[in-house]
Amino acid sequence: MEISTSKSKKQKPVDIDKPKLTVKEFKRQWILVVISVIYVIYGIIFYYLPLAGWIIAFQDFKYNKGISGSKWVGFDKFKFLFSDKTFLMVIRNTFCMGALNLIFSTVVAIAFAILLNEVKNKYFKKSIQTISYLPHFLSWIIVVAIVHDALTSTGIINDILMRLHIVQTPFPFLARPEWFWPIVTLSNLWKETGWNAIIYLAAITSIDPCLYESASIDGAGRFQKMLYVTLPGLRPTIMILLLMNIGNVLNAGFELQYLLGNGLVQNVSRTIDIYVLNWALDARNLDYSLGTAAGIFKTVVSMTFIVVSNYIAKKKGDERLF
Amino acid sequence: MIMADIQQVSFERIKHKKKMATEDLIFTILNTTFLVLFAVVTLYPVLNTLAYSFNEGNDAVRGGIYFLPRKWSWRNYEEILFERPGIRVGAKITVLRTIIGTLTSLAANALLSYILSRKKFLFKSGMSLFWIITMYASGGMIPVLILFRYLHLTSSFWVYVIPGMVSAFNVMVMRTYMLGIPDSLEEAAQLEGAGYMRVFVSIITPLCKPVYATIALFVAVYHWNSWFDAMLYNRFDPQYTTLQYELMKLLDSVSATTGATSGAAMTAATANTITPITVRAAASIATMAPIIALYPFLQRYFVTGLTIGGVKE
Repeated sequence: MEISTSKSKKQKPVDIDKPKLTVKEFKRQWILVVISVIYVIYGIIFYYLPLAGWIIAFQDFKYNKGISGSKWVGFDKFKFLFSDKTFLMVIRNTFCMGALNLIFSTVVAIAFAILLNEVKNKYFKKSIQTISYLPHFLSWIIVVAIVHDALTSTGIINDILMRLHIVQTPFPFLARPEWFWPIVTLSNLWKETGWNAIIYLAAITSIDPCLYESASIDGAGRFQKMLYVTLPGLRPTIMILLLMNIGNVLNAGFELQYLLGNGLVQNVSRTIDIYVLNWALDARNLDYSLGTAAGIFKTVVSMTFIVVSNYIAKKKGDERLF
Repeated sequence: MIMADIQQVSFERIKHKKKMATEDLIFTILNTTFLVLFAVVTLYPVLNTLAYSFNEGNDAVRGGIYFLPRKWSWRNYEEILFERPGIRVGAKITVLRTIIGTLTSLAANALLSYILSRKKFLFKSGMSLFWIITMYASGGMIPVLILFRYLHLTSSFWVYVIPGMVSAFNVMVMRTYMLGIPDSLEEAAQLEGAGYMRVFVSIITPLCKPVYATIALFVAVYHWNSWFDAMLYNRFDPQYTTLQYELMKLLDSVSATTGATSGAAMTAATANTITPITVRAAASIATMAPIIALYPFLQRYFVTGLTIGGVKE
């Protein structure tokens, strides 16, 4: 059996990537098929059944009545959602914080990678890089605790501001709505810049060194080389990461906002996920259907972002995801 | 005439070179300063938390502690080790879920990646599509919560392990790596009579150690740091709390005393001889410690791992 299959392999090496669905081939890889079936069952339960659960958005779902016993209400939940001022506010917050985060984290990570790449001393470079991605491994709980400590009235930021006589009394950063988005963006930068830069640094090392040499011969200085060689060399990487992250813009707002927000800033801090969570946890106003409807909205918008940005990238001839 | 011209040109060249050299020097100085500053901003909060964790509680409220504690005390660590049962339970559950969750997840992801990377597998494209869809379309928080309640996964330890076991993203990273292994190895083993499972265990797995290490690291860090699942699924079951969730409760109690305050929270906190801020610092350091301790040994893995799967998908 084994010998005959290996012989047939040798006879037609051209078609090696496309196996034919034959009884013989099926028998040969039955074990792969059996394991795949187990994986498919697992996938259906944990990934596809929740998608089927979207139908409860069209019901007035009560847990103890179940899906079959709950009343169908059509699009009522969606109608409520889009007339709810809180929901519209929450969409704005999610989108704005997600966009701020996407823009700044990309720009800062690229800048950091380019600057780090300019360092000649190997050990200095390695140390800075090692330090830079440490915060990625800390939980958001710890990061929020750190941000909290830094920004309280006795924290380091107010300490510095007061010593420099920029403010006379401690400034309540966390109680001011206009400061919430910048704080969220900066916290994200603190945690993820070093980590995000890893991929860019790897991409920089794969740029052809000849390009730098010929640029030097043409009289390009360091800045010019960074601008006209390194940055264009990073273009494919930047494009593919942007595409991947655009779909995540609406997902990028949960833990940090949930932990850092408080009653004074809730109009700018609450995101779609927090809104959903409130409908799921608040014992007095429990409404699973409404929360599901909000979740559907988020997923559908995210998918649209991915498809549209992918389409644009395809048109412009850039890298794309699919 | 010509000589003068040439002289003029080379003189210009030297001037240009000199200008470049000074530019270079200024840039190097500025760049180094910036990067050192970056490192300080990254490390300072961690060191500051360390200083707070060793400081006496009431003294810490005054602020002004930077790199070193002002009034030394072991009290905060004693408190989290001996007087807070929640933290002890949380630590136990977190260690358990990190070990069990990482091992099961690694095995499950590796086997699926192996199947998807077999070029001859009959249902390769269908299976790939089935898993790629799960990366983009998710049912959302509430359908998942309801499903877990139906499956009796809520109020249990297994909610931490079973649902997240297979992750399409990790599978794609591993599959990319496995596709790089030459087919001839597999064919040779099959000629010797090895079946698919034998090839997976004896040929592919030993060659995939770097990518296994990377994925294991990602999954372990995820388990170590997660708190949201404890809050969502096991809120009313203190025996399944996690370390980070306990830390989050401490965070809440501190923000209640320093931020917009309710009077009750204020008096509750001041009645305590140990202010939460130092206890929380001690708990933060305790949860960070294993990560920081293992960090130097593990870092080569995640850099290679990210570049394997991340860029060239």
